Amino acid sequence: MAMVEPRSTKYRVLASHLGMLAFIVIILFPLLMVISISFRSGNFAAGSLLPENPSLEHWYLALGIPYTGEDGVTTQPPFPVLLWLWNSIKIAVVSAVLILALSTTSAYAFARMRFAGKGFVLKSMLIFQMFPPVLSLVALYALFDQIGNHVSWLGLNTHGAVIVASLGGMALHIWTIKGYFDSIDRSLEEAAIVDGATTWQAFRYILLPLSVPILVVVFILAFIMTIMEYPMASVLLVDTDKLTLAVGAQQYLYEQNYLWGDFAAAAVLSGLPITVIFLYCQKWIVGGLTAGGVKG
Amino acid sequence: MNIRRCLGATDINGLTTMITETLSFPGIESRHSMTRVFLKWGALAVLVAAALYLILALYAQREFVFAMLFLVLTASAVAVFVSKKLYAHRYIFPAIAGMGLFVIFPLMYTVGIGFTNYSASNLLSYEQVQDNLLSRTYQSEAIRYDYQLYRTAEGYVFWLEGEYQNLTSAPVKLNEGERSAPVLPVSGKPQGEPLSIREIIQLRGELSELTLITEDGRELSQASLRSFAAIHPQFTLHGNGSLTNNQTGVTYFPDHETGFYRDGDGKALSPGWTVNIGWDNYLKVVTDPSIRGPFFEIFVWTLSFAVATVVFTLALGLLLANLLQWEQIRGKAFYRTMLILPYAVPAFISILVFKGLFNQNFGEINLVLEGLFGLRPDWFSDPALARTMILIVNTWLGYPYMMLLCMGLLQAIPRDLYEASAMDGAGPVNNLFNITLPLIIKPLMPLLIASFAFNFNNFVLIALLTGGAPDIIGASTPAGTTDLLVSYTYRIAFQDSGQNFGLAAAIATAIFLVVGALSLINLKLSKIKV
Repeated sequence: MAMVEPRSTKYRVLASHLGMLAFIVIILFPLLMVISISFRSGNFAAGSLLPENPSLEHWYLALGIPYTGEDGVTTQPPFPVLLWLWNSIKIAVVSAVLILALSTTSAYAFARMRFAGKGFVLKSMLIFQMFPPVLSLVALYALFDQIGNHVSWLGLNTHGAVIVASLGGMALHIWTIKGYFDSIDRSLEEAAIVDGATTWQAFRYILLPLSVPILVVVFILAFIMTIMEYPMASVLLVDTDKLTLAVGAQQYLYEQNYLWGDFAAAAVLSGLPITVIFLYCQKWIVGGLTAGGVKG
Repeated sequence: MNIRRCLGATDINGLTTMITETLSFPGIESRHSMTRVFLKWGALAVLVAAALYLILALYAQREFVFAMLFLVLTASAVAVFVSKKLYAHRYIFPAIAGMGLFVIFPLMYTVGIGFTNYSASNLLSYEQVQDNLLSRTYQSEAIRYDYQLYRTAEGYVFWLEGEYQNLTSAPVKLNEGERSAPVLPVSGKPQGEPLSIREIIQLRGELSELTLITEDGRELSQASLRSFAAIHPQFTLHGNGSLTNNQTGVTYFPDHETGFYRDGDGKALSPGWTVNIGWDNYLKVVTDPSIRGPFFEIFVWTLSFAVATVVFTLALGLLLANLLQWEQIRGKAFYRTMLILPYAVPAFISILVFKGLFNQNFGEINLVLEGLFGLRPDWFSDPALARTMILIVNTWLGYPYMMLLCMGLLQAIPRDLYEASAMDGAGPVNNLFNITLPLIIKPLMPLLIASFAFNFNNFVLIALLTGGAPDIIGASTPAGTTDLLVSYTYRIAFQDSGQNFGLAAAIATAIFLVVGALSLINLKLSKIKV
């Protein structure tokens, strides 16, 4: 509690509360609006924030169930949203597992071993991390085109390609895990090595069990980043049933085929789980993100 | 034993026991058994064999750059996993290889493309173009046969009636995928009724793929529903690389300056091949007015967009962080969660939500504005309004990140500084500019630069929100007033019909330089120790 307080403090506190509440209302308007729109019937309906005639039409379609309206007309789901969500989750889980495995072992070497070119590699990883993959899409496209001629499950229009391409973005995670390893006293592992353990055993049986929290964070971080990845997936994936959610979702809002209500339901359905995961893990995620400075 | 006692003395008894237990775990001692060694070398051999197959296949297709890439990758993998000296590198190899393959190689390859005319019209290599042209055929008008088809128990029998001779084939199993058949000269027609035109039309797919081969090796293919004709190669290759069109007699010479086969009048033959054109792409950006104009407009907008985003998000984030740090405010957890909500929603969803809300005709924002003020702004067709919209959306997306950063940094400022300033009668504004900002700007700087670089290349926002629209008038490549440099290159490469990869790569190289400079500055500022 501050020792010196001006008389106007009470009013300032009140003003701050009011200001922040007003700000939050404005900020949340788009999100609340989308939830509201997902319950309106039709794709062009206007109305108040609380829909007068709530309808589950868009939710049926988002869940892949054909919807029969009161006029007896049956609408087929326009896009396989659940399939897209499944594709996204599949790609993100496999990517996150691979990223976690590979960046943990790398981080271990960077944190505990001495070898030629260590400082150089670490610094160049930080520099290259800032180059957006969008700019080398032509090259990535050509690369996967070539690989795909010989290894079909890694070619264009495969999930394998998207998964493998996501491995390019590991530097951030390596730095995050390395930072955590640095904060763990290395005398434990040294003791184990003196007792006859190999380097690998010291890593596997001593350091890893102590680092579970950071591994969880990196897994979630890698998962979310892969789910949200747009440019590479948009070039590598072509078929409608192969798209990820990030690439597919925009098809709802084409000028010629504007499905605003259907989009709203699909957006809430697919965005909610990711939002909840993020909010739940935000404390750790923010720490990891501030280390690399991406997003926003 | 000695060491264990020492560790116990430093009060980590539990962990010491854990180590002892794990180390005495059965099986660990026998890890160096023969099976493991065999498994290890076997796996390595399989991987190397697969990699060599890929390299040879790429080499055979004259894809030397890619063959080289995988050769380097495989060689370093073998070196790292065989050499005892490079033991530490085994741990980092997969990650470094991933970065090399998917970040550094594409980067260098892109820089390389920037010096070529690689585009939809010049996609192949010289050899591939030659192969493509030499594999082309045409049907001669001179050697032509009318045909009739007879169905027999063993398959379809062809009867070809020519000017000089008549030919017939053995039964061809058209329905079972037989696609070539020999034909022999005969005098008499086969027995039975020929197939009607309707039945022939039903077989047109199979017939169009069929090749009939005469005694002297001439190939015939279907020329019309009623006739077969001889196929000739369209081009003949000469020793000096020139090609003669056998049908028209025109000779084409390879032009390695522009990557096309050209006849005497300079008319080009499609497709062309990729050639090195030096700095032409860069010169084009500087000299061609239909590219220079849009390029500089987009460049200025990209810079102002990135700066404005950083300033707006920082101002808003810092203000909110200050409020949330204030001891007098209650319900901080609630405010914090609500305020970072825009950050938690996946960006690709919230951007599309804004796209819908800002829609000029059905969007809720225009409905509200019309109800309140009678306004219907053209968010997507007026350049200034479109840019305003983009900044609004990006501030919405980006302020929580800045707020979280500032909250962390504000906590590190000693409280008594504010006490002292309050004693001296300073207000919040004074505090902000004389205490808070000077103290947080230094640790914040690298993060602000990173945020600048990120927004400089904020492709997803533009691609999903406006797609670059409204367009810049008079541009020869697709260019929009809200395009950032990065979405501009994407559109040149992937959305234009010409797919000018070379030009796109040249602009991408320029962006690489900007990003590279920024990240070097960042590395200096953040004083990272490795």
